Amino acid sequence: MSDAAREATREQEPVPAAPGRSARVPASIWRYGPPIMITLAGVGLWQLILPLAHVPEYLVPTPSEIAADMTTDWPVLEPALLVTAREILLGFVIAVAGGVGLAVLLHLVSVLRRAVYPVLIGSQTIPIVVLAPILVILFGYGITPKLVIVALICFFPIVVNGIDGLRSVDGELISMMRTLDASRWSILRRVEFPAALPSIFSGMRIAATFAAIGAVFGEWSGSNQGLGYVMLAATPNLLTARIFAAIVYLTLIALALFGIVSLLERVLVPWAPNRSSIT
Amino acid sequence: MAGTASAFAIELRGVGKAFGEVVALTGITLLVPRQSRVGFVGPSGGGKTTLLRIVAGLLESDTGLVRVEDATAARQRLARCALMPQRDLLLPWRTALDNAAIALENRGASRAEARRRTRPLFERFGLASFENARPAQLSGGMCQRVSFLRTLMAGKDILLLDEPFGALDSITRAQLQEWLVQAMDAVPRTVLLVTHDVEEALLLSRRVVVLSQRPGRVVRVLEADHGFEGSRREIVTSPEFVSLKEQALEALGHE
Repeated sequence: MSDAAREATREQEPVPAAPGRSARVPASIWRYGPPIMITLAGVGLWQLILPLAHVPEYLVPTPSEIAADMTTDWPVLEPALLVTAREILLGFVIAVAGGVGLAVLLHLVSVLRRAVYPVLIGSQTIPIVVLAPILVILFGYGITPKLVIVALICFFPIVVNGIDGLRSVDGELISMMRTLDASRWSILRRVEFPAALPSIFSGMRIAATFAAIGAVFGEWSGSNQGLGYVMLAATPNLLTARIFAAIVYLTLIALALFGIVSLLERVLVPWAPNRSSIT
Repeated sequence: MAGTASAFAIELRGVGKAFGEVVALTGITLLVPRQSRVGFVGPSGGGKTTLLRIVAGLLESDTGLVRVEDATAARQRLARCALMPQRDLLLPWRTALDNAAIALENRGASRAEARRRTRPLFERFGLASFENARPAQLSGGMCQRVSFLRTLMAGKDILLLDEPFGALDSITRAQLQEWLVQAMDAVPRTVLLVTHDVEEALLLSRRVVVLSQRPGRVVRVLEADHGFEGSRREIVTSPEFVSLKEQALEALGHE
């Protein structure tokens, strides 16, 4: 018993800080400091250079002009933001459900996998955004074509990562489960699916960054609301600051989605090796 | 158990197995009585693991008869054996207790029920207070203990242990050998143990089968029915033990 206790604590000793990092810098600053600094430097440079080069606001607004527009145009931008956020979120959820479901199905039925997988890869040579006008013809001006296009874009990385994750499970783990009376379903549920989760989440993080593109293309192809529509409507009026404001809000939606996915991963996959959420 | 045809838990007659050109096993014949412990020693690559996988029903033999209890079909053998693999293969997303309890869940017990039935074994075999630790927090020796309990919790009459302590340092290994003897004495089962360590085979089993280089066949069977008493040091230096060890090493060396 006491030797057991000693054995278990032996490996819990504090790990010395990695070489090259000062032990006094908190990990959060080490992690978030550099990207924040590079962003601030870029924005600062932008703010300083434009007036010096006498670039008018209708061509390229300065960050402070964009920030001002984000508040003054809020009555226009807020409903658009809600519409687009809804398209992105719903489309993403559909893609996750469909993508994970298809990955599991293709994993379980090898005939189906051999039939579908190459077609799936091949389908990626179609630039999906060009399907947007066709989808508008098929489904009209409502939310449906936007959801379809967001889901189509997000679907692929989730399926491919899901299948790879499910297939890369250690064969010995499966042998072990078989001698412990596991059914096919037990193996999927208790070994393969949890083992594939980190891979599925990588797919979801890639998909989260694509989702906004899909929503905007959907709106550009036919709509009368959403951030994409606001941008389109602002262009002939040279309301450039408003376009930039819409871009900033769009980016914030995408970042929020990415953040939600990373947070979910941390909660659902606590055993995964801790990696930086952006790199 | 009553009413089974054979008096032996495991019966191997002329078992052979090849992987393509490579003959892993040939002409293995062996009878293993119920609740006995048989150790297999042999050079690495000699087909020891293959033999266990065949008995377990994870592999089919090419030739010969394999009978486990009353079953000869691979699927049914699988239902009668539990295999403890060389690596601990604990699932990192489960706690130590839930890892050990997985066989019960596989058979349909709820997680709470599986935990309730596994917990007493944790206390009995020196793992109390580690129930909720994740495998990453446990030392290699602790992981092997949990892995053994997981195999035990499958409730099979036949345990197949594939170099259970091969990856451990010699001190931890000696501790775990003693621990395993106690555990096996407390919960008697038919045990096949594969190892490349002659001393381990003699300490843990009552009969030691020496296998040859590939293609693996039985070179010698040693009865180590010692019932050795005393400390580990007394045992391994006793004349009987030393003599058995020399016989085994000689049989291995004759290859």
